[in-house]
Amino acid sequence: MGEEEKLKSKTDQQPPDIDTAAERWQSEFDTQLSEKRIVRNRSGIELKALYTPSDGSDKHYQQKLGFPGQEPMTRGIYPTMHRGRTWSQRQLIGLGTPENFNQRVKKILDAGASALSLIPCNSVYRGYDCDQVEPELLGTCGTVLNTVEDMDVCLRDIPFDRVSVALNDPLPFTMLSQLLVVADQRNIPWSKITGTSNQSDYISHFAANHMFFRLSLPGSRRVQLDTIEFCAEHVPKWNPLSIVGQHMQQSGATPAEAMGLTLSTALQFARDCQARGMDPIKFLTRFTFFFDISISFFEEIAKFRAGRRIWARLVKEHFGIADERIMRFKFHAQTSGCDLTRQQPLNNIARVTAQAMAGIFGGLQSLHTDGYDEVLSTPDEAAAKVAIATQNILKHEAHLCDVIDPLGGSYYVESLTDEMETEILNVIQKIDDQGGMYNAVESGYVQTMIGDSALSFQEQIESGEQIVVGVNAYQEQEDASTRPVLKRPDIEIMQDHVSQLRKLKSERSQAAVERSTRELREVAQSSKGNLFAAEIDASRAGLTQGEIIAVLREELGFGQPLVVA
Amino acid sequence: MSEVKPYPPRVLVTKIGLDGHDRGSRIVASYLRDAGMEVIYTNPWQELDSVVKLAMEEDVDVIGISSLATDHLLVPKLMRSLSDAGLSHIRVIVGGIVPDLDEMELKKAGVSRVFHPGSTREDIIDSVNQLAIQALEARPSF
Repeated sequence: MGEEEKLKSKTDQQPPDIDTAAERWQSEFDTQLSEKRIVRNRSGIELKALYTPSDGSDKHYQQKLGFPGQEPMTRGIYPTMHRGRTWSQRQLIGLGTPENFNQRVKKILDAGASALSLIPCNSVYRGYDCDQVEPELLGTCGTVLNTVEDMDVCLRDIPFDRVSVALNDPLPFTMLSQLLVVADQRNIPWSKITGTSNQSDYISHFAANHMFFRLSLPGSRRVQLDTIEFCAEHVPKWNPLSIVGQHMQQSGATPAEAMGLTLSTALQFARDCQARGMDPIKFLTRFTFFFDISISFFEEIAKFRAGRRIWARLVKEHFGIADERIMRFKFHAQTSGCDLTRQQPLNNIARVTAQAMAGIFGGLQSLHTDGYDEVLSTPDEAAAKVAIATQNILKHEAHLCDVIDPLGGSYYVESLTDEMETEILNVIQKIDDQGGMYNAVESGYVQTMIGDSALSFQEQIESGEQIVVGVNAYQEQEDASTRPVLKRPDIEIMQDHVSQLRKLKSERSQAAVERSTRELREVAQSSKGNLFAAEIDASRAGLTQGEIIAVLREELGFGQPLVVA
Repeated sequence: MSEVKPYPPRVLVTKIGLDGHDRGSRIVASYLRDAGMEVIYTNPWQELDSVVKLAMEEDVDVIGISSLATDHLLVPKLMRSLSDAGLSHIRVIVGGIVPDLDEMELKKAGVSRVFHPGSTREDIIDSVNQLAIQALEARPSF
């Protein structure tokens, strides 16, 4: 036979059956790959070199995947997904004074951001007014924001009845109380206000983040439930609860653990709300989630797809809800700062791009991309612009939004989604065995789990098993002077701000302050009445966030993190 | 792994100021403990005075401050308080997110070393060992 004939006879043949072909491939693979090593993802799942139809079957398509907006939600929570509306570009910003924040947020909105996010200074996080903390620290990590007046300046010229607002406002949600008072002053009905109390889930702060100023655990539980109840009634488009997996993953939980712990937290909140007699249909629609996106690309995609499927099933099975709208697993995600490196910092743009892609393929509703300088300092304006441009490039130039769930049907992604689901369910089971998330955090069980995983991941970097470019491989001598330098807030401007607060404190009606303090204290003591409603009254009467929180700390107790070294 | 000489160094691993991110401090505490050192670990948000008091009571050689937000800006104050308390022999190291300019200020204030993200376990242990020896040598004699 000549060459041409050989080729012809080959193309005439039927391809060998799948089992024969698979066997041949496996044998060739084994022969040609001298090094036999087991590959695992961060969640510990062993990965094959190749996935084929034998790893998943189209027979179960409707049961396991379905269509977007339909049970079991694996492919997305809305029929249109990113074809219809892409995602909110939510950049975290906050630096200096309310005036600084206002100027910067206007620029970011002009640059294409469609929602805004307000990060307060760590002093606010911890529940202190700016005249109560070391002046060096003021405004270095977020906006110094203590009063209704400060909130008014932050939101100057911003139509917050049209722009969705995310407040990084952990309980007792003083920033939300200030926002609602500002709304009243501008005649904006509360029913028009949309947005989220970001990172509001107190359990995640006790488990991992510790940024909370921390009322005691039981005190936190009460304030959180009061606020959920209040918003359901009076601020119906506000999401008072964002359940945070991001804290746990940033603290070291594997992606599967982080998802499992987050879903367990959601179950805890839902059970607590139910115990108060609230209607699941009302509170579950307002649950939102917040996750970390690590650079473990396929694992993250599978994590989100599996989480979405599990949540839809939990809503149905635990609460007997058949309405698919309630099953929607709405989530915001942030690219992981822990994967970024100080070495060769521009490389972080590539890392953030990969992370953002994983989140987009995972079907997110809102995205924050980290500035590449996150690991050097609080991100500066230029880095924040690159971060937003990254999202726009992925959307418009890379066309990631043209097709819904574009990796659905990939033998690998579907198989990994199933395996991640099993891992996540294992975590949920472990937490159930501890009596739920509240108890598991109170006993330190969760903190130990997260700490162990953090250590084991760090071991992989130390041993070189996990290569990090520029850190344990591909190192280079670097010229540190080329790194961006963020200016610290001007001490004088900050001192001015502190003086303004002191002035405001001395000029307000002391009678109103005293009355309002007494009323807030009474509600806190009585265990009846809604604490969040009392906080709004207190903000309106001129109490600062530090004063409101001081009262609640006295009455409800101060929380301390468990030390699990 | 590095050997510990000539006696187990005593190290206080802590966080001052307002931030609570403790992944790094927990990992470093484990590393030092596993290397045979005596580690005193605290939860976040320590007041400067409590750090000085603890350092004195526990008779530590090295204090490690973890800073992920901007709490390292308080370290110069801590250095002054240590000095006022007669604890100048204690070596102070800082780890976490510390911008380059701030690092220069910390060094000027007497901080022995700043560990940035990407520091290795070996480097941290070696450095703490050496600093502990320096602290021992610098101890005031009675």
